[in-house]
Amino acid sequence: MTLLTVKDLEVKFATAEGEITAVDKISFELEPGEVLGLVGESGSGKSVTARSLMRLNAGNTRYGEGSSMILRSGEEEVDILRLKTPKQLRKVRGDLVSMIFQEPMASFAPAITIGKQMTEQLMLHRKMTKSEARELSVDLLNRVGISEASKRFDQYAFELSGGMRQRAMIAMALSTKPKLLIADEPTTALDVTIQAQVIDLMKEIVAEFGMGIIFITHDLGVIAQTADRVAVMYLGKIIETGPVREVIRNPAHPYTQGLLNALPKLENLDAPLTPVPGDIPSPLERPSGCVFHTRCQRAIEGKCAQMVPPEVQVVAGHTSACFLSEERQGVAA
Amino acid sequence: MTDKKVAVSIKDLSVEFSIGKSMFGKPPILTAVGGVSLDIPRGSFFGLVGESGSGKTTLGRATLHAAPISKGNITFTDSEDRVFDLAEMDRKEEKDFRRRAQLIFQDPYAALSPRMTVRDIIAEPLEVMKLTKSRAETDERVREIAARCRLNVEHLRRFPHAFSGGQRQRISIARALVTQPSYIVADESVAALDVSIQADILNLLKSLQRDMGLTFLFISHDLSVVAHTCDTVAVMYLGNIVEVAPPRKLFAAPRHPYTQALLSAIPSLDPDHQSTAIKLKGEIPSPVNPPAGCKFHTRCPHATDRCRVVEPIMRGDAEHKVACHLVDLPVLAQSTATQSVSA
Repeated sequence: MTLLTVKDLEVKFATAEGEITAVDKISFELEPGEVLGLVGESGSGKSVTARSLMRLNAGNTRYGEGSSMILRSGEEEVDILRLKTPKQLRKVRGDLVSMIFQEPMASFAPAITIGKQMTEQLMLHRKMTKSEARELSVDLLNRVGISEASKRFDQYAFELSGGMRQRAMIAMALSTKPKLLIADEPTTALDVTIQAQVIDLMKEIVAEFGMGIIFITHDLGVIAQTADRVAVMYLGKIIETGPVREVIRNPAHPYTQGLLNALPKLENLDAPLTPVPGDIPSPLERPSGCVFHTRCQRAIEGKCAQMVPPEVQVVAGHTSACFLSEERQGVAA
Repeated sequence: MTDKKVAVSIKDLSVEFSIGKSMFGKPPILTAVGGVSLDIPRGSFFGLVGESGSGKTTLGRATLHAAPISKGNITFTDSEDRVFDLAEMDRKEEKDFRRRAQLIFQDPYAALSPRMTVRDIIAEPLEVMKLTKSRAETDERVREIAARCRLNVEHLRRFPHAFSGGQRQRISIARALVTQPSYIVADESVAALDVSIQADILNLLKSLQRDMGLTFLFISHDLSVVAHTCDTVAVMYLGNIVEVAPPRKLFAAPRHPYTQALLSAIPSLDPDHQSTAIKLKGEIPSPVNPPAGCKFHTRCPHATDRCRVVEPIMRGDAEHKVACHLVDLPVLAQSTATQSVSA
């Protein structure tokens, strides 16, 4: 049974300079035990999508009328966008869904011990007693590889190193046994040797807990090593999606191709670095037609700037929103 | 491209900070850089990599006379062969030095004043150092350097908020270059940029370096970026340089266990690539109380008793040098025992 079905998710923000479209009618699904990588650069809408799943976007947010996000747990079905009261929202905030943030220092309260922050949610969401909650928390801290867990339990976030803080954050997110775990750039602030440790930890977690994970990052290498499927976002659109091997080996969309070409690769130091030309447009000046046409070197005159490209199936499970992908498939077929 | 002359010569440099005050005895000392010797050849694109807390930023700042020198010395030779001893500069020399050695910051959003136009931001160093005689001359210099950084006259009238990250970084670069420096420290100058833009800035830095004959110290945590841009790379760990080599040698055959672990930890783009990451235990120790002997021995998978006691010295040949007891290499001649890089 599919864990999460997002359909036509549209997110707009009202600002002084006008309405900004952050996410433009995207749809995707997630199975239990699956890791979906959401890749994109600044302004692609990947974090807004993630925050919508817990309804954490600011007060000026407007969700599209036809949008829905159905989360299933056993017999239960919740449309996240239809939740209203704080009590209903608690369903996705800590009960069924947990989130790991990029900057663990900013996500822990500085004046409350790690332990208190961990046990508080367990007592609230899982109706545990204080001693049960403590026992489980210390156990989880141990499991994520924090030494002297019972001592760390009583320490404050600033007393822990960056890698340890991120581990504590992961332990905290796991403790309520969520069905869906959202990891928003969980390794970006970490050094590469610590990042390798956290990636391994995340893999173990999927194997053991079997929850669905949405893994947000701008780093395609991290995605290649963690995700099963990947969705590439650009200016609020999913422009390409498919199994991670497929998308990285045979990227169909010019943007995905450009992104892969722009990465400095260690295997070939002679390869020139090829930037994607131009800059990411301001969200106030969203291009018409295909959102990528302003930077696309293969844009078709009279077509890409006017018409929104349809989603084309490249191979089963691999789609690309590009007129050129359409042609390629035409040739192949 | 690279001649034999040395732009920045660092000899046994230590940078220490005392942290807090102590009522009795000495306050604790944080050793950010501990006994580093390094020559940066003129006209080179010299990379400095390391994780947080390795001292790479402090070392870069020390070469700009922006960090206190506790021990050792740094000399800087500009493109006109004037020599500056950083520890003993008078005010006149200091002023000249500031003009010849510049810094490009990491975050193009924080580095530019939101209340100044791009023209004023780029012109400010000229005006503060009184390097031009008239406004017309200033404008001329600003326009010239802006064009090199691919900014047009229209851009100069606007304020920074109107620009994207990549454009802002080009403004920062223009500001750093306007005083015609010969040495540039670029501290994580592409770390805050998106991947599709990053390659553009790297290519710009490389072409500016070639066209203007600059010497670059390029500080980064990203090994693949360094591998693609630099002609020599130094790897730092806890205030020491552990390995120096051209990227080709360093990445094909890293010799220091730390460099090996660092390289193997880079996530591969190949989803089927079975992770061969050499798992380092724990994290970088505190620079307030660094381990004795080899600084890396607490995390090194191969550490021996000797590593725990004796600090290794730099060994190797002119190109590839490494500070590790376990690497079988000849000891360098005493005068260059630590390291002198001539690429």
